[in-house]
Amino acid sequence: MTKKHISFQLNGRPVDALVEPRELLVHVIREQLGLTGTHIGCETSHCGACTIDLNGDSVKACTVLAMQADGGDVMTVEGLADNGALHPLQEAFMQEHGLQCGFCTPGMLIRAYRFLKKNPNPSDEEIRTGMSGNLCRCTGYQNIIKAVKAAAEKMQSA
Amino acid sequence: MSTSTEKLEREEKLEGIGCSRKRKEDPRFIQGKGNYVDDVKLPGTLFADIVRSPYAHARIKSINKDKALAVPGVHAVLTAADLKPLNLHWMPTLAGDVQAVLADEKVHFQYQEVAVVIADNRYIAADAVDLVEVEYEALPVLVDPHKAMDADAPILREDIKEKADDGKGAHKHPNHIFTWEVGDDEATTQAFNAADVVVTEKMYYPRVHPSPLETCGCVASFDKVKSHLTLYITSQAPHIVRTVVSLLSGIPESKVRVISPDIGGGFGNKVGVYPGYVTAIVASIVLGRPVKWIEDRMEHLSTTAWARDYHMTGALAADKEGRIKALRVNVLADHGAFNSHAQPTKWPAGLFSICTGSYDIPVAHAKVEGVYTNKAPGGVAYRCSFRVTEAVYVIERMMDILAQKLGIDKAEIRRRNFVKPEQFPYHTALGWELDSGDYPKALQKVLEAVDYDGLRREQQEKRARGELMGIGLVTFTEIVGAGPSKACDILGVGMFESAEIRVHPTGSVVARMGTLSTGQGHQTTYAQIIATELGLPSEDIQIEEGDTDTAPYGLGTYGSRSTPVGGAATAMAARKIRDKAARIAAHLLEVSADDLDWEVDRFKVKGVPGQEKTMKEVAWAAYNNVPDGMEMGLEATNYYDPPNFTYPFGAYLCVIDIDKCTGEAKVRRFYALDDCGTRINPMIIEGQIHGGLTEGFAVAMGQQMPFDEQGNLLGNTFMDYFIPTFVETPFWETDYTVTPSPHHPLGAKGVAESPHVGSIPCFTSAIVDAFSHLGVTHMDMPHNAYRVWRKIHELGLDKHE
Repeated sequence: MTKKHISFQLNGRPVDALVEPRELLVHVIREQLGLTGTHIGCETSHCGACTIDLNGDSVKACTVLAMQADGGDVMTVEGLADNGALHPLQEAFMQEHGLQCGFCTPGMLIRAYRFLKKNPNPSDEEIRTGMSGNLCRCTGYQNIIKAVKAAAEKMQSA
Repeated sequence: MSTSTEKLEREEKLEGIGCSRKRKEDPRFIQGKGNYVDDVKLPGTLFADIVRSPYAHARIKSINKDKALAVPGVHAVLTAADLKPLNLHWMPTLAGDVQAVLADEKVHFQYQEVAVVIADNRYIAADAVDLVEVEYEALPVLVDPHKAMDADAPILREDIKEKADDGKGAHKHPNHIFTWEVGDDEATTQAFNAADVVVTEKMYYPRVHPSPLETCGCVASFDKVKSHLTLYITSQAPHIVRTVVSLLSGIPESKVRVISPDIGGGFGNKVGVYPGYVTAIVASIVLGRPVKWIEDRMEHLSTTAWARDYHMTGALAADKEGRIKALRVNVLADHGAFNSHAQPTKWPAGLFSICTGSYDIPVAHAKVEGVYTNKAPGGVAYRCSFRVTEAVYVIERMMDILAQKLGIDKAEIRRRNFVKPEQFPYHTALGWELDSGDYPKALQKVLEAVDYDGLRREQQEKRARGELMGIGLVTFTEIVGAGPSKACDILGVGMFESAEIRVHPTGSVVARMGTLSTGQGHQTTYAQIIATELGLPSEDIQIEEGDTDTAPYGLGTYGSRSTPVGGAATAMAARKIRDKAARIAAHLLEVSADDLDWEVDRFKVKGVPGQEKTMKEVAWAAYNNVPDGMEMGLEATNYYDPPNFTYPFGAYLCVIDIDKCTGEAKVRRFYALDDCGTRINPMIIEGQIHGGLTEGFAVAMGQQMPFDEQGNLLGNTFMDYFIPTFVETPFWETDYTVTPSPHHPLGAKGVAESPHVGSIPCFTSAIVDAFSHLGVTHMDMPHNAYRVWRKIHELGLDKHE
């Protein structure tokens, strides 16, 4: 299959890739660009383990073609920390025990990142709705809600 | 002299048993630096993808690989015929049966593995899978287990139909796997005949799937020059996998290295060996390159180990006051096409005989009959110890039904029948020795916390207004921590657990265990155990698991066995080190070891303030100044064979409001009190309980794997199969009591599965309770809106006046 050249911003750095038109963005990020923090849990956009930020929206990278990211701005979990300083969400997930096996965590974090940008001071109910595209099998969500709330408070007061 | 404050400060610095230490695992997971199996990238890796059967039962007439092999980038297409010369077309299961690696002449369930394609990447492999042409001749399908032993039932397993007895008793029918009976049949019958009251109920525990967020997969890498196989695999039991792989392949165990990297959840699904693993290994050996196989979600739900599928009939005999005289349970177990459930060898129905629950039942009898059907193999313990969820469900349902029959409150009927605190250790009618418990205290605490009487009053008022509100109550006892090797083995290996601890000269520690964390936080909690036992800070203790080349042999993590067995091994190994350290300290202080007291992190000479040596100082001395005749170094290994299982328990209460128009059941309140004995890390325990309750909620309220008459699986994506999201998941309230296990070195019992086991009957209890005043005694799961609405409709409750 003929490959196409694409380029986009990944976590603030320009990257290039040669991809088949049918290739999924999540495979290009994980396998070509070597960032394996973004996971694949269902390949049908139900579970959210592959959630990334594309042009200011949360998207599920298992059902986005790499071609669709051409010229775009992508952020993955690896881009959350700032020069080694953890993002308040990362800190809060650790403090509030918002993760167990860790498989859903990158998708949760990157979704929460965009969610808080759009709703910086959410209620528990708003967090439940806003995060409902991301599944977790370990935590029962309760501590994730606490973590998102704690991070929101910290970011508000910063 | 050390003040108690100073002592407390030293203790706190250790971050030992009982503190909510933050998890050591988290920094890598929150930064996307976990290392799950699909993240493993070896140079030259090829990808495997599997051709699966569209039929549930069919003969394979021919397989044509030509078109698939013609695709550029395809390296091989393997079928049973290719595996046959290597004798790898069938593999042993953990239950003593065999399972086809690739279908041998016929397929036994839909999505069964028929051929495997090996290609340069996953896209090419998927393309080629579509081009493998398989011609099938459809056969009559057996879906209903009740018909499995009919005279005219299709015979599923032609490979073993001649085998009259496989060590588990005579076969009544070629589709009969086993009949397992326990207890006193005759005495039970007599007790039933003599009883004032008898209640009987049929209930179906649906087939459900553990569905961890990470599917199964592996990377097999065979080094032809060294004849060495490395296998990265999503396994909860890497050491057993190595043994199985070695037995299957003939490669010595010393040349097989199995690495379970970070695991994205297991819940019992990642204990067994799947055909995909075997085909990846064979392909790597044949092609001399690493081969990666990662299944997709549909493959995962359709073919890997599911749980339950028990058709149960429970019966209780009691006197007029509700005191139980006898219990009888009969089960028809649908095992699918191959008997590959994960159980200790001697227990064909696992630990199902814990079905006498928390109650003092004088006599009981349980019978479980397993049969083959044209469905995927499985029957594993989904977040529970072996078949314990089923057992707890049947007894807890029957307690409610007995209460209802006698008009006694469901809390009161439990109180009247509890094994009393002074009766422990208590021998159950079906052969277990419950180690410790205080059931009345747990129940009382919950009833007070939720104002049970107030809830009952509210329910009365609502019923008068025609509203549906249900209160569920469960007081469960689990059996976990398998197990004593005289009772439990897997493939002949006793179910011990192991720990190896090495204290370095500077007092830092590396410890390795035979278990494997799949999210439970072993790197955090095992370090806490060692910190308390050795007086060295948790922060300096590194825990490693999952690499069979470095970790001592262990049976793995499932059935809540890490803390009861692995935690015990860790404590015992640490105690060996402390004993040696005491002798070194005595030598340094020029006293006898008997003259020393251990205090938090140091040895002190009795009655001589200031004469002391810290463990850190002793560690240094262990490498340069030990008593004459003592070996240098400070390390120990322990293989712990537990004297008994542990029996965690709890009392759960659930309040549900049901919408009469839609059938939707809203969990208003769920209060879970758990007693897991000594608590190592309360934060982690609470997290485990939240997770277990949520998985219990999933099973009770929505999960099921339905099949049509042709054996087509009707729910194998996340669109159809219920995984609760943030929105449906209730808010959980947790509480605890502490009744230590008398036989565990730390008094700990294990906890992660209790909330799953305990919550499921509690949801059913609440749903049925909403209708109990209308004579409803039981409703089968899942309690989804449609099924609940059907009951409402059947009772005419949705009719407008």
